[in-house]
Amino acid sequence: MSGTKKVTDATFEAEVLQSDKPVLVDYWAEWCGPCRQVAPVLEEIAGEHGDKIDIVKLNVDENPVVAQRYGILNIPTLGVFKGGEVVKEIVGARPKSALLRELADFI
Amino acid sequence: MTEIRDVIIIGSGPAGYTAALYAARARLNPLVFEGSVTAGGALMNTTDVENFPGFPDGVLGPDLMDAVRKQAERFGAELVADDVTEVDLTATPKVVKAGGDTHLARTVIIATGSGYRELGVPGEKRLSGHGVSWCATCDGFFFRDQDIAVIGGGDSAIEEATFLTRFARSVTVIHRRDALRASKIMQDRAMANEKISFAWDSEVVEVLGDDRVSSVRIRNTKTDETCTLAITGLFVAIGHDPRSELFIGQLATDADGYVLVEQPSTRTTIDGVLAAGDVVDHTYRQAVTAAGTGCAAALDAERWLADHES
Repeated sequence: MSGTKKVTDATFEAEVLQSDKPVLVDYWAEWCGPCRQVAPVLEEIAGEHGDKIDIVKLNVDENPVVAQRYGILNIPTLGVFKGGEVVKEIVGARPKSALLRELADFI
Repeated sequence: MTEIRDVIIIGSGPAGYTAALYAARARLNPLVFEGSVTAGGALMNTTDVENFPGFPDGVLGPDLMDAVRKQAERFGAELVADDVTEVDLTATPKVVKAGGDTHLARTVIIATGSGYRELGVPGEKRLSGHGVSWCATCDGFFFRDQDIAVIGGGDSAIEEATFLTRFARSVTVIHRRDALRASKIMQDRAMANEKISFAWDSEVVEVLGDDRVSSVRIRNTKTDETCTLAITGLFVAIGHDPRSELFIGQLATDADGYVLVEQPSTRTTIDGVLAAGDVVDHTYRQAVTAAGTGCAAALDAERWLADHES
């Protein structure tokens, strides 16, 4: 079973933009309550669908460059990247069932 | 056959977790549906809680909720991060559906809390996530050295405005009345903060911006004049609505959707169904009052079970 992986400003290019698989980026920060709530849901989804989609976490506090480049103004935001492009953005925490529905095209 | 529980608790936050704690200590083996995203309730979006007794230095909302959650778990409460999708409270035993499974219980405690109220003006939905926010503690960070606004006049609006001055260059509080509803200490703090200014008797009628918020159109409620305020972030804190949709048609509520209880008890209009916290309370809405009614609901459930022992 795979879990989520941490990415940074430095590794974003290689791990997200160059990835062969779709990658869901969880933009989060320590101080954000709803981010804490959605985190275990993402772990579960990573465990169940890790073969089709990578789920990575980007701490916006420590990695301002990427967050700024993609105009992130709310967290949690979940951005799905495919072939280096943003193909979907989900703003705000959702229940697992709703997230799975939103991600249906990728899993 | 599905096991019949003594107590199912729907919702978390101070009311749900305190009910779980008391029910667990009373050996009622409660099953708690925390909601997969709403777990922890409204406190998860706050920063420092300064008025919860027992924490002289304040406590972070999410930390407080983690602690009460753990305390309930220690005594055997079973916590499930699922959303309840359907209930039949009039059946015997009562039916609660979540995550595709059906659960049965003799008593049900409702502690689903409340959700943010939206403005309902043009531009709000479109720019949500692009400068419109409902969570200052989450998103304030992105508005460093910018001009932003908070809408509302209650405790949460004023707390957010004060918090946001840590990041923003200026914070305008837009309020439709000429006085705040917030507690005196919060008001004093905001009034003394030179980064905060007030737009009184004002309501936002439109949120403007192409791919992110650039301004809001404001109408003066007394003169009907409109003007535009240039801001890059808009934090909406105009109150909450009770999360009672699941129960409408079964439980009696007031016109605003708050679940009615036989005060001072937590008994609803259905025998064996109790309700606590913000889904009932539109008056006090404090973490400690929610915890208090959560405790009362567990004790009411315990008494109901004792009275109905077969």
